[in-house]
Amino acid sequence: MPDRTSRSTTDRMPVRKTYKLFIGGAFPRSESGRSYEVTDVKGRFLANAAHASRKDARDAVQAARKAFPGWSGATAYNRGQVLYRVAELLEGRRAQFAEDVRAGEGGSARAAAAAVDAAIDRWVWYAGWADKIASVTGSANPVAGPYFDFSVPEPTGVVAVLAPQQSSLLGLVSVVAPVIVSGNTCVVTSSSGRPLPAITLAEVLATSDVPGGVVNVLTGQLADTAPTLASHMDVNAVDLAGAAGDPELSTRLEVAAADNLKRVLRAPAAEPDWRAEPGMERMLRFLETKTVWHPIGV
Amino acid sequence: MVTTTAVPTLASGPGGLDLAGITASESSLRRFLHGLPGVDQVGAEARVATLSTRSIKTTAKAWAIDLAISMIDLTTLEGQDTPGKVRALCAKARRPDPADPTAPQVAAICVYPDLVEVAAAALAGSGVKVASVATSFPSGRAALPVKLADVRAGVAAGADEIDMVIDRGAFLSGHYLAVLDEIVAVKAACGDAHLKVILETGELSTYDNVRRASWLAILAGGDFIKTSTGKVAPAATLPVTLVMLEAVRDFRDATGRQVGVKPAGGIRTSKDAIRYLVVVNETAGDDWLDPDWFRIGASSLLNDLLMQRTKLTTGRYSGPDYFTLD
Repeated sequence: MPDRTSRSTTDRMPVRKTYKLFIGGAFPRSESGRSYEVTDVKGRFLANAAHASRKDARDAVQAARKAFPGWSGATAYNRGQVLYRVAELLEGRRAQFAEDVRAGEGGSARAAAAAVDAAIDRWVWYAGWADKIASVTGSANPVAGPYFDFSVPEPTGVVAVLAPQQSSLLGLVSVVAPVIVSGNTCVVTSSSGRPLPAITLAEVLATSDVPGGVVNVLTGQLADTAPTLASHMDVNAVDLAGAAGDPELSTRLEVAAADNLKRVLRAPAAEPDWRAEPGMERMLRFLETKTVWHPIGV
Repeated sequence: MVTTTAVPTLASGPGGLDLAGITASESSLRRFLHGLPGVDQVGAEARVATLSTRSIKTTAKAWAIDLAISMIDLTTLEGQDTPGKVRALCAKARRPDPADPTAPQVAAICVYPDLVEVAAAALAGSGVKVASVATSFPSGRAALPVKLADVRAGVAAGADEIDMVIDRGAFLSGHYLAVLDEIVAVKAACGDAHLKVILETGELSTYDNVRRASWLAILAGGDFIKTSTGKVAPAATLPVTLVMLEAVRDFRDATGRQVGVKPAGGIRTSKDAIRYLVVVNETAGDDWLDPDWFRIGASSLLNDLLMQRTKLTTGRYSGPDYFTLD
């Protein structure tokens, strides 16, 4: 397992890492060329992460838009299989995730391992919804006329997701999985101070069967990318989870999002306990209902 | 160096080329075209690579975007084109951004000859020109009388500009006079309509050939030289356009007659379009930064320019949902 800290028990000098962004299935540097130091809870150096600019946000939206027809057009069963496969890969990286989580969030090794397990379980739980959500939220409607009438859920489109600032893996999985399971594609801004689990998740997704562009990960400061994403006319919805506890920022983002009538999942007053049962709320927010009237006997 | 003047030894004294002498026979024409200095391929590519790094921002970018829009030959050249599609495109040419009347009109609409009538009717009084491809576009493989009939039909239907293709087979096998005579005949058939000569640089293999074909088309009386049909890859590239711009610049220096340039095909983003404008300005000069002397043949480019324009005016990124599909 690589040693991310500068501490070393041997004479060997650890390789210091400078991570990049994850856009369209590739790992480009930030267009701005900037990066910033990520430290652990005690302020020790962990790695350099890319500092995404608004142009990176634009590129990520473009990549997500390009990936949308393929991902939303895949069968629900296929999407579920692809996400289960991601869970397998997450399982294989448990130790690395636990180390990332513990370095960023502090606490005991046992607590970090529990958070990773909960995150993987959450991913599997959402993966199972892929081919069930249409049955649960869709309906055959009895109408007063010679028609078959049914309502089916469809993905909203490109969703900008501001991942939680505190819970760097469980929180991240809890906001990304419900968005993509139904066929949306997303641009995720990771926790600013604790981006490593998001970067490792990007590495997992890059080697999984998830098509490039379905999940795009931006690291850096929320203030640099979030306003661009919120005002972008080609983004269909925005989840403000990462702006929890910052009413000034979240209000500003809601105003920016109003221009093209984006769906907005508002920021809570404080970051919730992500260990709680998630319910269907986060999936339902990013679905549109299509109702079809089909004449009988034609 | 790629920017050297191409014709010093061929000028018949101060004030110009001996055009009649050059085109008098196959051998004199070959002597002239093969006497043109070779293109430094590495130099040309390095030059455009340097020019492509120019940073064009804020007010300069806004100006460049509007200029690029006004230079577009909005093109639809598909077998499935219908009168309805052409009329929709004409409406877009007249008013590219329905939400913003300050967006300039495009320069022209470019269609197949049988749809010229539809386009001319839809654009009447707008100032947008109608261009028609002709001469058995895109291959150019037809007998000369057939090609000339194609041109005359386009002009009669109301085309202001004719885009012809050269006979690449004749050019590549060295029959330069045959190519020249054909262009001259087409020019005569055009009457008052402007003639754009498509070199199809993707089939010419070398920059030296591009330079020779450019001179050949200019000597034959073409009003514009155009890179490609858009049906062959690679279509327009920056180095090819650089070589063509050098040819028109040198020709004007030698004779005083100005010829336009039109890259077409493969230019899809605002960034690409602005790079072309930079190359025009730095190679031929700002006399060519005008829709009368430089055109961009494109279709999807217009939406990207409009999106960038909207970004500059509103401050937020726009999306394809807010512009027409075409």
